[in-house]
Amino acid sequence: MSPIRVRRAFGPVVEGEALISEEGFSPRYDLDRWTGVITKPGHKLEGASVVDKICFFPTAKGGIAAGWAFYDIKWKKIAPKAFVFGVTNPVMVQGAIFAGIPITEGWDVDPRTALRTGDRVRVDPANRTIELLRRA
Amino acid sequence: MQLTPEERGILAGARGEAARRALEYQIEVGRFWGAERFVPVTNVHMMGDIEVMGDGGLEWLRGQAASGARCAVGTTTNARCIDFAHCARLGQDQGEAAKERELIACLRRMDVVTTDTCINYQTVYQPHLGERVAWGDTGTVIYANSVFGARTNFESGPAAFAAALTGRTPEYGFHLDEHRKGTFTVRLDAALDDLADWGAVGKLAGEAHQSYFAVPVFHGYRGTPTADELKHLGAALASYGSMAMFHFVGVTPEAPSLETAQGGNVPMEAMAIGDEDIQRVYRGYGLGDGDARLVVFSGPQQSLLEMKRLAELFAGRKVKEGSSCFVTTNAGMLAQARKLGFAQALEDAGVVILEGVCFYILQNLSQMRRSNGWTSMVSNSAKIVNIIGAHRFHTILRRTADCVEIACSGVLR
Repeated sequence: MSPIRVRRAFGPVVEGEALISEEGFSPRYDLDRWTGVITKPGHKLEGASVVDKICFFPTAKGGIAAGWAFYDIKWKKIAPKAFVFGVTNPVMVQGAIFAGIPITEGWDVDPRTALRTGDRVRVDPANRTIELLRRA
Repeated sequence: MQLTPEERGILAGARGEAARRALEYQIEVGRFWGAERFVPVTNVHMMGDIEVMGDGGLEWLRGQAASGARCAVGTTTNARCIDFAHCARLGQDQGEAAKERELIACLRRMDVVTTDTCINYQTVYQPHLGERVAWGDTGTVIYANSVFGARTNFESGPAAFAAALTGRTPEYGFHLDEHRKGTFTVRLDAALDDLADWGAVGKLAGEAHQSYFAVPVFHGYRGTPTADELKHLGAALASYGSMAMFHFVGVTPEAPSLETAQGGNVPMEAMAIGDEDIQRVYRGYGLGDGDARLVVFSGPQQSLLEMKRLAELFAGRKVKEGSSCFVTTNAGMLAQARKLGFAQALEDAGVVILEGVCFYILQNLSQMRRSNGWTSMVSNSAKIVNIIGAHRFHTILRRTADCVEIACSGVLR
């Protein structure tokens, strides 16, 4: 498949395992910030770990505190490798840049149709592309 | 981004290393959003406490203080995670409390005014129409943009702190006219008799349009909303919808008419909210295992008039034995509530008033939940019932008087 093109992006090139979410994300509302596991009851990824994953979320939810939360989880070595958002908000971007975690927004192909959790992907912010390297 | 001579000076180190790094960081954020320039800000409101920042954040802040960082504009702090007077009783960690004290000292050294409030817009600083500020949390942002007609994006802790040091912020999002137009309309046919009803409106409009750039235009309401009602509406829109602005025709300054608020946008959708929709929101909260032992009035902190109403509702009553009821507010409101007797009335009823904190960011909250055996949390705040989920509470939204009844009877309904 041809690479997914994203609209905006920050950070260095990273490769890792994809975690594809049907639901939006907040590191405050949804995440246990001591284990890196999504713990909000009823979240579609409840029980999944974001640690070292390339996380695909359609939307961002709520929260100013996410700005510090990304730095906090990076410090605790439980951060994802990158965040790929369909639509995001400034907090996610401010937080990811502060923590040095690659982040992108917008996509020309919905990853929920093109990719599966566990696929190995490469995020290239400078070229604004996400490439499938290997199927799960 | 186009930089002024002053900004180039900051990058060259004219205002010290901390300001130089802060501007570099702001340039990256501005680039991401396609900002062309910086705009000066007059006021900063930042979130910074040990629960949100963690040890890594504290170490970073220590470095900032040591490097001689200083705020360039008036800078205040949001609600924090520890009320030192109640720390031991709540079972909060003494080590974390010590870190929180150090963190506060660090902020003060850098000229941050530690107001510890999420209702700065009601109690500390009210910007005027068109004034540019850099605020967080989200409830403060949506109130500033909507009710005051001031201009700010969601500025998280690091971004607000950077703005404090440089006195500016990248011009994107709600600093630009194009993003301040309404994107969908909401006709309010409901009576909206309680603060929780206003939160329910925010939940309905927010959940259905989750986007930072969605701007609802409320119209058709027959009454005049109070500041506290707009506060609960805004807090819920921001929480459920990630929204930073709304218009309310005839109420907010950029909405003298429906047409003006839409700004030529063809609305994406026209929704209407009636009494039955509000009732459906309440019915949507299952009673879980029936646990009714935790009732919380927080998120946002209570205004003086909210405290007065609660004092009236709790007068002559007692929180049920084995149940806990918490109210959070800021130092100024609590001082006035003490003077006026509201605090005494609440404490006589067994309500615990926490100062300078918000319930959902309390340090050690998950542990507190487990040690008290709480499974549910009841509140009149649509915001807090949404955001406390990561602590594994089953949450239930109820009207203010119903919350008081549940606190005193121990019976969930």
